[in-house]
Amino acid sequence: MSTKTTIPDFRITPTVDQVGVEERVARFTTRSIKKESKMQGMKMILSMIDLTTLEGKDTEGKVKQMCYKAAHLHDIIPGLPTVAAVCVYPSMVKTAKDALIGTGVKVASVSTAFPSGQSTHEIKISDTKFAIANGADEIDMVISRGEFLKGNYNFVFDEIAAIKQACGKARLKVIFETGELSTLDNIRKVSDIAMYAGADFIKTSTGKISPAATMPVTLVMLEAIRDYYYATGRMVGMKPAGGISTSKLALQYLIMVNETLGADWLSNEWFRFGASSLANDVLMQIAKQNTGVYQCSDYFSKD
Amino acid sequence: MSKEKKLKFNAAWELDPAPEDSKHVSIKKQYDLFINGEFVKPNSKKYFATYNPATDEKISEVADADEKDVDKAVKAARAAFGKWSKLSGKERGKYIYRIARLMQERAREFAVIETMDGGKPIRESRDIDVPLAANHFFYYAGWADKLEYAFPNRNPKPLGVAGQIIPWNFPLLMAAWKIAPALAAGNTVVLKPAETTPLTALKLAELIRDSGLPKGVVNIITGAGKTGAAIVNHPDINKIAFTGSTNVGKWIQKSIAGTDKKCTLELGGKAANIIFEDAPLDQAVEGIINGIFFNQGHVCCAGSRLFVQESVADIVIRKLKDRMETLKVGDPMDKNTDIGAINSKQQLLKIQEYIEIGKNEGGEIYQPSCSLPKKGNFCKPTIFLNVSQSHRIVQEEIFGPVLAIQTFRTIEEVIEKANNIPYGLSAGVWTDKGSKIFNLTSKLKAGVVWANTYNKFDPTSPFGGYKESGFGREGGLHGLGAYLTI
Repeated sequence: MSTKTTIPDFRITPTVDQVGVEERVARFTTRSIKKESKMQGMKMILSMIDLTTLEGKDTEGKVKQMCYKAAHLHDIIPGLPTVAAVCVYPSMVKTAKDALIGTGVKVASVSTAFPSGQSTHEIKISDTKFAIANGADEIDMVISRGEFLKGNYNFVFDEIAAIKQACGKARLKVIFETGELSTLDNIRKVSDIAMYAGADFIKTSTGKISPAATMPVTLVMLEAIRDYYYATGRMVGMKPAGGISTSKLALQYLIMVNETLGADWLSNEWFRFGASSLANDVLMQIAKQNTGVYQCSDYFSKD
Repeated sequence: MSKEKKLKFNAAWELDPAPEDSKHVSIKKQYDLFINGEFVKPNSKKYFATYNPATDEKISEVADADEKDVDKAVKAARAAFGKWSKLSGKERGKYIYRIARLMQERAREFAVIETMDGGKPIRESRDIDVPLAANHFFYYAGWADKLEYAFPNRNPKPLGVAGQIIPWNFPLLMAAWKIAPALAAGNTVVLKPAETTPLTALKLAELIRDSGLPKGVVNIITGAGKTGAAIVNHPDINKIAFTGSTNVGKWIQKSIAGTDKKCTLELGGKAANIIFEDAPLDQAVEGIINGIFFNQGHVCCAGSRLFVQESVADIVIRKLKDRMETLKVGDPMDKNTDIGAINSKQQLLKIQEYIEIGKNEGGEIYQPSCSLPKKGNFCKPTIFLNVSQSHRIVQEEIFGPVLAIQTFRTIEEVIEKANNIPYGLSAGVWTDKGSKIFNLTSKLKAGVVWANTYNKFDPTSPFGGYKESGFGREGGLHGLGAYLTI
């Protein structure tokens, strides 16, 4: 790949019109997804999930149980994929890695003083290196939102670049915490900063702040990915996280990806859902599609 | 760079058909004329067929009204005028509210029939045409008892009998635009829908009958140009309201010259949609799409001339082509269809002729890779690059999904080119800078100028044109005033 990419001036990133974005999103939500295309979409969703537990009360036991679920979503129905990854705190990476041996499910770890990111540079680097050393395949870092809102874009850029370096071969997802960034213009700007600084994925939220992922925010990020792809030839992945708990909504996200970035992004290499309860709703829909009736939620394991 | 940068749309995940159910609608085999509150046979005993443009199948037949039928309808309207105009505004408002509510109740049936008869995608008839038509009735119902407040100290009085002739692109919505303000102001009405799309107007006639509106207040008669001419030339009509082509508009003006008939005309357009380099480009591209491909481009205010500032032209064109690749063209009844059928074979031929003209003029044509259904009247969304003001496809109204794209460099240049056209119905301006918007809106000779959006309609907002796009306004207070002596 060419290394001649010039870094743009982030003070003059393209503008975004909120009303227009919301109208476009409304169009995606009117798409009607039926029959085989619905089944195909729901299996895609399952394979794109980063099954997540990020709680102070997490223990090794809890993480192991979730890891089993990640690889065995609903064994009664044959032919289901596993989720893409589990997402845990750095202290749980080793447990998850061991539990997932041979499953193909990746381990993603949050880092850089998740969720607030309010810590020193050294701690963020060592946080990341610790997770990598324990076997993390992917790192979900948070940006310094305070520095971004101050207009200190160089700080944000350099920090992402430094974490990317610390990641080595692990893929880096950059969390913006869009609920704290206030405008879609800001979200477009930070998307450009993160991608030019080396992000492999851009991600909306930690799940700790409301609003978390929304379709308008995700659309703006997808459009930024598209422009970046055309400018540099490099594909960047997208991960909306938090607040996507129904298969209907997740299908609408897929429609949006398909009509904004196209088929190449419709795999878990380039698109993920950060979610904890989405999987069971999708499973329930798949069971309904197969049997014609909705089953009680107690037929689906909660791990 | 070695790798080709191209996005692949609709390659991995095709959506299964999702057709709207049409079993719940009732369409009669044959429709008569709605005169004086009931359906009556035409004097000529003649009927003509109306077809589904997406399948070429005959849906129903409707009566062909001649001069005697028109006379009968006008007499019924005249007879009803006295009582209706003297009814208190509050009572008139009640009837109009009732029409609005009934329309909401039957919205699904109206949407399906509108799509079957006209070819527009069900998504549009369901989400735009029918709700907006009901909203027009709601809005004007509210004015019925407030005419003195709408026009203080002007002693507003109704005009009498209004002859209304509407086009085939928004059959139900145009009927609502015409009937609602006329009734609120205390007029009675003789309305003729277009010959290719008469069904929703006739369903509206059934609805009006069911609403208990006094007999003769609204009369709906079907027929082609001759029927329309009979309405225009009828001596006992007080006002002509016409939406349609500029040629017919000119003929109407000649015909009523020397009479004291009042007139409003909403005619053709060739609107400039202007994208500045500081615009939110992704949303502007969406505005281009909505501007020209909404309703297959059968929109008099369609943004059919695109002006892009040269510094962002390449990027806008790239985004536009990508977006066009995601448009679904096909069965209008499918809920996922973005672009439906061209309204008639005749119109399809006209559009194809213009596409040939554009190619012969040396315009660079681009169409997406979508496939078209084998049956029915369909046309791919089409753009022409590298054209200029001197090209015929830039000057003439095509009334189809065909966009002519020019670049510009300065504000003065784009204002001059935008206004350099016989039409003046609408325009669009896309920029992040508010002052630029206000500068342009005051200089563009167009009745409607949209800023950072396009093809937005609301009952409260007046709509109408400059120059050969006609005169008079519909919608809002202006639209009410057009049915009153003030």
